[in-house]
This record gives sequence, structure tokens and C-alpha cells, in this order.
Amino acid sequence: MSTAFDHPEYNYKVVRQFAIMTVVWGIVGMAVGVLIAAQLAWPALNFDTPWLSFGRLRPLHTNAVIFAFGGSALFATSYYIVQRTCRTRLFSDTLASFTFWGWNAVIVAAAITLPMGLTSTKEYAELEWPIDILVTLVWVSYVVNFLGTLAIRKESHIYVANWFFAAFMIMIAILYVGNNLAVPVSLTKSYSIWAGTIDAMIQWWWGHNAVGFFLTAGFLGIMYYFVPKQAGRPVYSYRLSIVHFWALISIYVWAGAHHLHYSALPDWAQTSGMVMSLILLAPSWGGMINGMMTLSGAWHKLRNDPILRFLVVSLSFYGMSTFEGPMMSIKTVNALSHNTDWTIGHVHSGALGWVAMVSIGALYHLIPIMFGRKAGDMHSVKLINVHFWLSTIGTVLYIAAMWVNGIMQGLMWRAVNADGTLTYSFVESVEASHGGYVVRVLGGALFLTGMLIMAYNVFMTVRAANKEAGNAVAAQA
Amino acid sequence: MLSTFWQVWVAVIVLGSMIGCGVLIMYTSRGQRKEETDQTTGHDYDGIQELDNPLPRWWVFMFWATIVFGFGYLGVYGLGNVNGLLTVEVDGEQVAWSSTNQWKAEVQKFDADIAPLYAKYTATPVEELAKDADALQTGQRLFKSNCAVCHGSTAKGAQGFPNLTDNDWLYGGAPENIKHTLTYGRQGAMPAWGGVLGEEGTTDMVNYVRSLSGLKHDAEAAEKAAPKFQQLCMACHGADGKGSQLVGAPNLTDDIWLYGGSSKQIEFTLKHGRNGKMPAHLEILGNNAEAKIHLLTTYVYSLSHQQ
Repeated sequence: MSTAFDHPEYNYKVVRQFAIMTVVWGIVGMAVGVLIAAQLAWPALNFDTPWLSFGRLRPLHTNAVIFAFGGSALFATSYYIVQRTCRTRLFSDTLASFTFWGWNAVIVAAAITLPMGLTSTKEYAELEWPIDILVTLVWVSYVVNFLGTLAIRKESHIYVANWFFAAFMIMIAILYVGNNLAVPVSLTKSYSIWAGTIDAMIQWWWGHNAVGFFLTAGFLGIMYYFVPKQAGRPVYSYRLSIVHFWALISIYVWAGAHHLHYSALPDWAQTSGMVMSLILLAPSWGGMINGMMTLSGAWHKLRNDPILRFLVVSLSFYGMSTFEGPMMSIKTVNALSHNTDWTIGHVHSGALGWVAMVSIGALYHLIPIMFGRKAGDMHSVKLINVHFWLSTIGTVLYIAAMWVNGIMQGLMWRAVNADGTLTYSFVESVEASHGGYVVRVLGGALFLTGMLIMAYNVFMTVRAANKEAGNAVAAQA
Repeated sequence: MLSTFWQVWVAVIVLGSMIGCGVLIMYTSRGQRKEETDQTTGHDYDGIQELDNPLPRWWVFMFWATIVFGFGYLGVYGLGNVNGLLTVEVDGEQVAWSSTNQWKAEVQKFDADIAPLYAKYTATPVEELAKDADALQTGQRLFKSNCAVCHGSTAKGAQGFPNLTDNDWLYGGAPENIKHTLTYGRQGAMPAWGGVLGEEGTTDMVNYVRSLSGLKHDAEAAEKAAPKFQQLCMACHGADGKGSQLVGAPNLTDDIWLYGGSSKQIEFTLKHGRNGKMPAHLEILGNNAEAKIHLLTTYVYSLSHQQ
């Protein structure tokens, strides 16, 4: 394709690269997810092989879907949006290219080291120190490039999507470095400088904000551009976007402590974490309202625009999981939900329903543009619709299975007989969870199938675009 | 306890953030339109415009409600060194809530409730209690939560963990033996004989040990090892190989194998020794440990003394 699809003004090359890799890494990450879900239902699928075992593949799954799939989606869309809404080319093409190759090098390094069992053991921060350093270099380049582009913008104001992107990347830089500070003892092993309860608190300060900033603020940036674009409607309320932006970014950093209820963390820290998590409800919902209400007057478009459906349903899942989250952070509810599959279900209603679906919707809008076509002009709209239903049904099956499992586990673990003994042994709760685990595999497999259909659709779109470009060149000659 | 500085620090930041949210809502609500509008702010980004709509009223209300609830929650549970209003009963007194006090209160209430039942069980001798279906059920439940991880939920054991249902006992199957095992634990110690026996001597001894249980063996090799058995093994396993419950040495003549009876497994045991460990459960079982041990003894005893 070489230079055929390059935009005269904007750097589309890096957007195109990241957009394609979003699809690729999405399939890889979700395939690993389906495998480990199947391992929980049928443990024989661990094959007695260390590098295929659940313990090593689970971090590979989380890293692949969050950082490889989600990260690539964020890079692609933020680079696209910041150029379009600032009416200027990226600050530096070199830095843009470095972030693409650097980020993919990080992903490949993760895919090699995690199955080997090389891990710093911190959740969502398992990568060992040499990879962490590369992540930091790439991330700083990203921040410089993004903020640099804002600085040279030709638009007098900064669009709301860019506020969210800027907040997300700055906070992630601080949190990632803070949590990963470690003393190396060899090339593949290091020890965290944090210890004990402080380590736990720092870990969840990062862990929850990987969700809050990476997977929420960043994707709200995506929402704020692609929903009004695809719907062809103005954003519902500028005022609302201001309030919920500032409230969201100032309150989210507090919420991590709710992961440590009834632990060695001081009670007051748990309590303040809970309070902030609850106050987070309204700021979170601000984004949902603004997205949903943007559609008022355009609801009929949902009937024949599956891309818009992806975006709207993602907002519904976003609203649902940001209601569920504050509820689960209440101590009394958490006493039931903690350590159960409910937590996994909650994460996936956000990860599949919100993050993945909003990204998929954005990509279907964006990818045709990257190949010289109109927005949303994919090879097959019918297949987008099939993908939409597979994703929606897959997500619902997944989270419903985990709700049932989670609440059942919580109730079984706390059930006590009149004689003071536990009614169920742990293994009985595992046995009872089997059905839910099987349904989860099915839900995940449906979601993955949708991604494969997307890959086919993207491939066909690119092929057709290449042919058209070739014809155009031939016609000129 | 936090120092005054940290107490103030925590209070200012937590309460300040909450108040800050309130100020933010009030500030941005000022001068906004009363009704929905088609009026935009005049911005245009890549074709995207923004309407000048007011904050949805129900949303603002919900925001305020969570802030008010937040203050209430802090009032109930406390912040920093300041206790909340919620109290729990510990040692007969109402004390301020903390997760530790909540745990204490729940455990104390529970122990008080269960005490009469446990007292009744403890007063009944094991042989008699083994006829009480309720007591056996309690014992079984305790077993599933505490013992099944090694001995299996059916108590039939596993490699290295004795079967408790076959009336074959390493340390004796009388109630007092079982209770002693549970309370203080047991440490099995089969020494490693590989160096003493040598490669060939080990193979011979494997054949001898298998011959004791009437398993397939090389009679010639077994015969060669017989004197060595009397020299090295007799002290624990006895001259006839029937073992000794005093030291927990297994009976080698009954074809019941803790670590497996194949030639390969016996060879491993002889060469490298074995160190089986039954943990002492007096500390492990927590509150009412003695009553729980009494019930577990009864249950384990009942497994090989079915009516």
C-alpha cells in the first residue's frame, strides 16, 4: 500500500498501523482468554506444561487485552482524534513511529517472558524491569507527542476527547512508574521497593487506575469523538463534560483501596476508598449520559447502523459496570463479592461490553478512512451486524455466568450450619461453579468469533481499497 | 495511630475532595439554561459541535446524594483516629467499629452460641458419641473443611496420606491414639538407606519387602536381603515386618502402601527415605479446638468402626 493512502496533512500511517494491530492483538489476547477460561472448566487443558498453565497464561491474557489490544486502540484513536480536532499534523512523526515499534516490541517481549514464568508478580504490572523501562520510554514519547500536538494546534480550544486522553496518559505515566519501582538483581528478576501493606496499597492505586484511567478515561476520549461523529449529532452538553471530567479524574485515583477491604490496610483508608468509589458513580455516569443523549434525535439511525449500535451498547455496559463497581465497593456488599467470580464478571462487563465494543465501533468507523474510503465504509455491513450480535450475546453470557457463580460462591463460603461448621467445603463451591465456567467459555468463544469475523471484514476492505488505489494509479499512467 | 500531622492531612484531603465535588457542581450549575436547547457553544471540532444543555437535574441530585451518603458513611465508620458512630459488642462492652472489633464480636457471639452443644459432645466418650448421627455429621463437616485437603473428602487418603477408613493404623486406632495424632501431630521418619544398601542391595531389599506382602518378587534376591532386613529395618518394622505403632512404622506384610507398593516406589522409599508429616491441630483449629478434635476423633474412629 506504501504511500497510496497517506493524508496530505495528517499522519495517518501510525493510525493505520495501530488500528490493524488492535484487531490482531485483540484476537490473540481474547484467544488466550478463551483458553484459560476453558482450563478453569476442564483443567486437563493445562496439558501439564508449565508455559501453558493457567498461572502463566492468565497474566499474558490480561496484558494482551489491556495493553496490546486496548493500548493499540488508544494509540490509534488518540493519534487520529488529536490531529483531526486540532487541525494539525502530529508533533513528531519520528516519535509516532517509535511509539508504534516500541509498543509492539513490548508486547512481543511480554508474550515471550510471561509464559516463561518471568514476572514481577504485581497484577497488571507483571513485566520485569527491562521491559518496564521500554514501556516508560514509549509512554513518555507518546505523552510528549500528544501534548506537543496539542501545543501546536490550529483550533483555539481543546476538544473534550483530548482532555480525557491527556489525563489518561499523564496519570498512567505516574502510576506505572510509581508501582513498578524495583531493585533489579538480574536481567530477569527484580524486587519491588514497596513492601507489605504499602505495597498492596501502591499496587491497587495502580491496579484500579489501570481501569480508571487506561480503560475508562482513555476510552471516554474515544467515545467523545466517535459517538457524535457516527451519529452526526452535536455532543449533548459541554457543561456536563466539564463537570464529569474534573470529578472523574480527581476521584478515581482514590478508589483503589476498595480492593483491600477487610485486609491489613488501615480501616480508615478502606473507608475513604469506599466513599470515593461511591461518589465516583455520578462522574462516571456523566460520560454515559453525554454519549446517550447525543443520540437524541438520531435514535432511528440505530436501526440500520451496526457501528452506532456498537457504540451505544458499549455505553450501556459502561453505565452498568460503573453502577456495579461503586455498589461492590460498599463494605457489606464486598464481604460477599470479594474473591468470587463476581469480580471477574464485573471486570468483563467493562472490558468486553465497554472497552472492546467502543473500540470495535471506533475501528469500523476509522479503518475505511485509513484506506481512502468513507467513514464506516467496510467490505460488509452485514458482517458488522453479525459481529455486533456475537459480541453482545457473548458479553451477556459471560457476565451472567459470573454473576451466578460469584453470588453462589459468596453465599456458599459464608454458609454456616447450626453446629458451627461450614456448610460447604471449598471444593464443593468449585464443583458448583463448573456450569458457569462452561457458559463463560461459550460467551468468550462467541466474542472471539466476532473478532475473527472483524479480521476477515478488515482484510477484505483493505484488499478492495488496495485494488482501487492500484486502478487509480494505472488510470493516471 | 496517626500523628496529628497525618490525621489533619488525611482529613483535609478526604473531606476536601468531597467538598470540592460539591463546589464543582455548584460552580458549573451557575448561569446555566433552565431547559434543553439546540443552541451550541459555538465550538466546532472536525465537524463536532457541542450543545449548551444544562446538567440533567436527576444526575445532579444523584451526585449530591452520593456526597451526602459519603459523609454519612465516614460518620458511621470513622476516619483516621476518629472513630465512627457504629459500635460492636466485644467482651460484653460496646466498642467503636473496626474490622478487628467486628471480627472479634462475630467470633465471640458465635462461640457463645455453640458452647453448650460442644460441651455436651466433649462430655461424651468417643465410642458412645460415634453412635450420635448429629455429632458424626458435625465431625464430617469439620473433616471436609480441615482434613479433606490431604486425606480426601472420602478420607481414603492419597499417596503419602493414609487411608483412614481401612482400620490399618500407623499410630494406633484407639480413640486416645487418634486424639493424640490430631492434637500433637505426627512426624514419620523413614531414613534414606540408599548409601548403606548400595545399588544391588537396594534391589534385593525391594524384593524382600515385596515378598513380605506376598507380591511378585525375585526369591533369590529377597533371600539375600533377609539378613540385612534383620540388621537395618527390624528396629522399627519388627523382625516379622509387621511394623510398630509406637514409632509409626508401617506394617509391611499387609499389602497396604502409604507411598505405593510398586518396585519403583519401594526403591525410591528405600533410597531416599520418607518424611510424612501430620500437623498438630490444636493450634490450627482455632477456637474450641479441643471440642473440634473430639468430634474429629469420633468421626475418624467411626470410619473404621461402622455398625
